[in-house]
Amino acid sequence: MVEKALFAIFMDGIFIKNFLLIQFLGLCSFVGVTKDVKSAAGMSGAVVFVMAMASTVSYLLYTYILVPTNMQFLDLISFIVVIAALVQLVEFVVRKNIPSLYRSLGIYLPLITTNCAVLGAVLLNENAGYNFAQSVVFGTSAGLGYTIVMLMMSAIRERSTFVNVPSSIRGLPQAFFIALMLSMAFVNYFWVIPI
Amino acid sequence: MSVSFSTLLIEAVAILGGLGLVVGVMLVVAAKKFKVDTNPLVDEIVEVLPGANCGACGYAGCADFAERVVNEGAPLNGCPVGGFEVAKEIGGILGQEVAEGESQYPFVRCNGGLNCVDRFEYVGFEDCKAVMLLSDGEKGCNYGCMGRGTCVRACPFDALSIGADRLPHVNQNLCTSCGLCIASCPNDILVFAKESEKVHVLCMSHDKGKAVKESCTVGCIGCKICEKNCPEEAITVTNFLAQIDQDKCTACGICVEKCPQNTISIR
Repeated sequence: MVEKALFAIFMDGIFIKNFLLIQFLGLCSFVGVTKDVKSAAGMSGAVVFVMAMASTVSYLLYTYILVPTNMQFLDLISFIVVIAALVQLVEFVVRKNIPSLYRSLGIYLPLITTNCAVLGAVLLNENAGYNFAQSVVFGTSAGLGYTIVMLMMSAIRERSTFVNVPSSIRGLPQAFFIALMLSMAFVNYFWVIPI
Repeated sequence: MSVSFSTLLIEAVAILGGLGLVVGVMLVVAAKKFKVDTNPLVDEIVEVLPGANCGACGYAGCADFAERVVNEGAPLNGCPVGGFEVAKEIGGILGQEVAEGESQYPFVRCNGGLNCVDRFEYVGFEDCKAVMLLSDGEKGCNYGCMGRGTCVRACPFDALSIGADRLPHVNQNLCTSCGLCIASCPNDILVFAKESEKVHVLCMSHDKGKAVKESCTVGCIGCKICEKNCPEEAITVTNFLAQIDQDKCTACGICVEKCPQNTISIR
């Protein structure tokens, strides 16, 4: 395995392997929480934190507990435990400190537990054989990529509520059209930065 | 394989169990540290509220109303659906006395219906707002009830129905005075009327007498006969429409007798 530069991994996480638009992970929150910028930003902040923490903890867990004891087959279940615990932690903190955000996120906050994006980041780390620094950088940048797309999507959706579209398209169908166009824009990174 | 199955099993259980234990302890500590103090009074009030979440109190649902009552001094009788009973229970929880207000119901201020001529035959979506889009409705009178039941569909409690006379009727036994029908009416036909307010002008038309007579047999033509005959001077005719000052009205019924159009009614 060729060692990848940290910066390359960083850009990978944000653009080339963007979780929402290239890998199609974590789409429920992408469609569900992007109705206004504020809750999208809050959700993204939570996801960045959870992804970075999950990458760190799961790397330590995998390298120092599962590999020495030859228990690699427990990776999936133990990662899920770690992620679930982290999400609970985030939920406590958000509920205590930002109650309004807690209310607007609603069901989607506990849903990060099952958010495939977080588990995806952790498993991609493992599959790529990243070392500690690389894992943390990839987890964080994946969260940042998620944030960028969430903010773009929510800003567009906020403004497009004033656009006069046929009533049959208004709402979710409109969101899917926006997602389609954003996705096309992001796919172009494959050509701009060849991998 | 060098390790036996049972050792593998024991190790796996030990690792997962240990992980679970560590995570559990961490979460317990976090839950203690970030505990949010919820007021038990709020939960109690949510219990006694009707739970319709209709929003008629002006807050975002019953839970929000309960929180505002406890924390921000929202009125105890703020829930129009629950009425006095619920207000009393909320008062009991908070240890405050609640005075009973007079109940009020939506009242239909139009007697047009079949008495009102149609200008054309409407075929289309059965909704007052849809009818209004077609040159202000099919009715000859632009102020009256369209009778297409927008208010009936707005009512979450089935208290309204369109009668044979093509006018909405309020079933006071089912009505909770939430006001959603009043908000839904595109022509402002529905208004709140108190139980004690007996005499009402069943017309909204500001048209001149001739125009009203052409379109409706029971509309107010602004002739001022009621104004002249009222012993309490409770009626004033402004802009070709009689209005009753409910504070002065004694429900003597003279205006009802004298009105040539039978626009005023006593209930």
